[in-house]
Amino acid sequence: MLIAIATISLMAGLFGLILGYAAIRFKVEGNPIVDQIDALLPQTQCGQCTFPGCRPYAEAIANGEAPINQCPPGGQATIVLLAGLLDTEVLELNAENGEHLDVPLLAIIDEQTCIGCTLCIQACPVDAILGSAKHMHTVIADECTGCKLCLPPCPVDCIDMVPSPQTIEDWKWAPPQPLEPVRNA
Amino acid sequence: MRELHRFHGGLKLEGHKSESLVRELQQASLPPRLYLPLKQHIGEYNKPLVEVGDRVLKGHMIAAGTSLICASVHAPTSGRIAAIESHPVAHPSGQSDTCIVIDVDGEDEAAEPMPPDLQQLDAERMIELICRAGIVGLGGAAFPSSPKLSRGKAHGIDTLIINGVECEPYITCDDMLMRHYAAEVIRGVGYLQRMLEPKSTLISIEDNKPEASAALATALAGFPLDNTEIVQIPTIYPSGGEKQLIQILTGKEVPHGQLAFDIGLFCQNVGTCVAITRALEQDQPLISRVVTISGDNIHQPGNWETRLGTPISHLIELAGGYLDANSAQLVMGGPMMGFSLSGDRVPIVKASNNILVMRNETIPHSPGQHDECIRCSKCTEVCPANLLPQQLYWHARAQAWERTQEFHLFDCIECGCCSAVCPSNIPLVQYYRAAKSEIRAAQKAQLKSDRARIRFEFRERRLQQKKQQEEERRHLKREALQKKKAGGDASAQADPVQAALERVKARKQAGAEEESL
Repeated sequence: MLIAIATISLMAGLFGLILGYAAIRFKVEGNPIVDQIDALLPQTQCGQCTFPGCRPYAEAIANGEAPINQCPPGGQATIVLLAGLLDTEVLELNAENGEHLDVPLLAIIDEQTCIGCTLCIQACPVDAILGSAKHMHTVIADECTGCKLCLPPCPVDCIDMVPSPQTIEDWKWAPPQPLEPVRNA
Repeated sequence: MRELHRFHGGLKLEGHKSESLVRELQQASLPPRLYLPLKQHIGEYNKPLVEVGDRVLKGHMIAAGTSLICASVHAPTSGRIAAIESHPVAHPSGQSDTCIVIDVDGEDEAAEPMPPDLQQLDAERMIELICRAGIVGLGGAAFPSSPKLSRGKAHGIDTLIINGVECEPYITCDDMLMRHYAAEVIRGVGYLQRMLEPKSTLISIEDNKPEASAALATALAGFPLDNTEIVQIPTIYPSGGEKQLIQILTGKEVPHGQLAFDIGLFCQNVGTCVAITRALEQDQPLISRVVTISGDNIHQPGNWETRLGTPISHLIELAGGYLDANSAQLVMGGPMMGFSLSGDRVPIVKASNNILVMRNETIPHSPGQHDECIRCSKCTEVCPANLLPQQLYWHARAQAWERTQEFHLFDCIECGCCSAVCPSNIPLVQYYRAAKSEIRAAQKAQLKSDRARIRFEFRERRLQQKKQQEEERRHLKREALQKKKAGGDASAQADPVQAALERVKARKQAGAEEESL
């Protein structure tokens, strides 16, 4: 009897020590699920989801504070992926957040009108606008995510959002159409 | 006699080769205008080196790339640059792309060739010359030859395989080329041997081309090469595919995700050998190629040695025109792997081996509607890549891209065997092509979003840092102020001029700090 108690307590103590050590040694920094959600989001950083960027939205989803259908740039495809990751129901995209565009947008600065106020540079979430005070600004097309955040601060309305140009390289083969099955009456 | 192996599946197809072989190889006349797309190869876009109005001579480099995988474009004849503009090109989308347009002056004046001293050339210098000549694989894929050669050389090559198989119906350009330029093919093989130093060389050719085979044998007898053998292989589609040809000749399979030179093999098309010979011996860049015009809607099918950039309409004219212009359907490439063209304004490019002119009714695979799969598994029996076409079809149709990759979608060579045997007429290859382009687009989007994430996080960090520094500065200022207040009387006694100077100094320092942020 005594031996049994002693053995069990010894083992409990030993395991406790191992667990305690592991908790310190293998501590996970941050919340890994946030990273996984963030990886699925399109990184447009547009804030249409009502959060200031993709990562904050990912955090909100992970904490159960936001539904998965608030990302218009990602569209239905992202919702399906998120539902798969989180094992939840697939929702329709919330129309209040905006609508999904098939071709991403690109900001173009009208260089004749730009007065060089730097306000758009400060608004750009991915540093895709180049320029300095009282000098013309321009958009680095490859880095622009089409988030539209540069539009409201512009005092002279010189920024246009256009569908990002599609080259012959972006062209996709169309899938064939199966015939409607014929049903005998 | 060499022991040959078999690959899985494949088809015996009606050749339709004799139609275009009844006439000898002809030189195509110069059209009034040439349209040269900036990009005629796999890889980065070229940048034009000429401006509108410039006069160019035959062989002048008019566009070049900056990356490793590129192939420059040269003027195929003398003339003036008329425009650099969008023009329909040979692409399945039917879209236009930037082309350099040359107004041909008809003089065909060539730039002074400067052939190198062939005895002195080492492998690196040869590869450099091939790069400068803009040579790409002329078998159809149009992969730039010089990076392929340098990578092949770095890997060490055991067997060099020369591909003269040309297994797709209707196409006879390589056959014609081997008959007419056999000596140049063999000399090209010799240069490849000097560059790659293979242990053995196999010149492979299908047994339905006895004339070409005889011509090569004669040429080889006149220009003997060490350990070089001409191998006749049975006529079965798609034995001209690189991986299938390797399997026939060596019995080896190129592993998934690897290339031929990973297992010590190097394949090169016979047309590319001729281009290499001309580049090295005559300093002539790649400005022309042999093109087959064939099909059931053309008066005189045949082969023409054509300058790149020649509009297809010009070749059709040389071939006597359409039989029925109203139902003409143009395909670039063969009936199995080719793609429909938007019209005959499209120019010949480096990859154009064949122009198939068909009637609308007989067009091999008209994409569009199809019946349901009846699970007969015929596609699996014929797949030369040993894939499961039916599984791929289900997953591609369901847009389950990950599953298609698990079934090795990207090992599909798009040979069209599965579509050809499908009793429900399912255009299987089109499903795979659509799936591949979706997956590639998703990968591209993923790359862009990863970059955006990094930039966003970097900006957040930078803003955070700036805020912290601001905070610190304010804190220091406040402390200084408080100190001053505490020692109020003492400082009031001090020299007011000295105090003012110190204040200015402090402000300047603060300003400098601010600027450095």
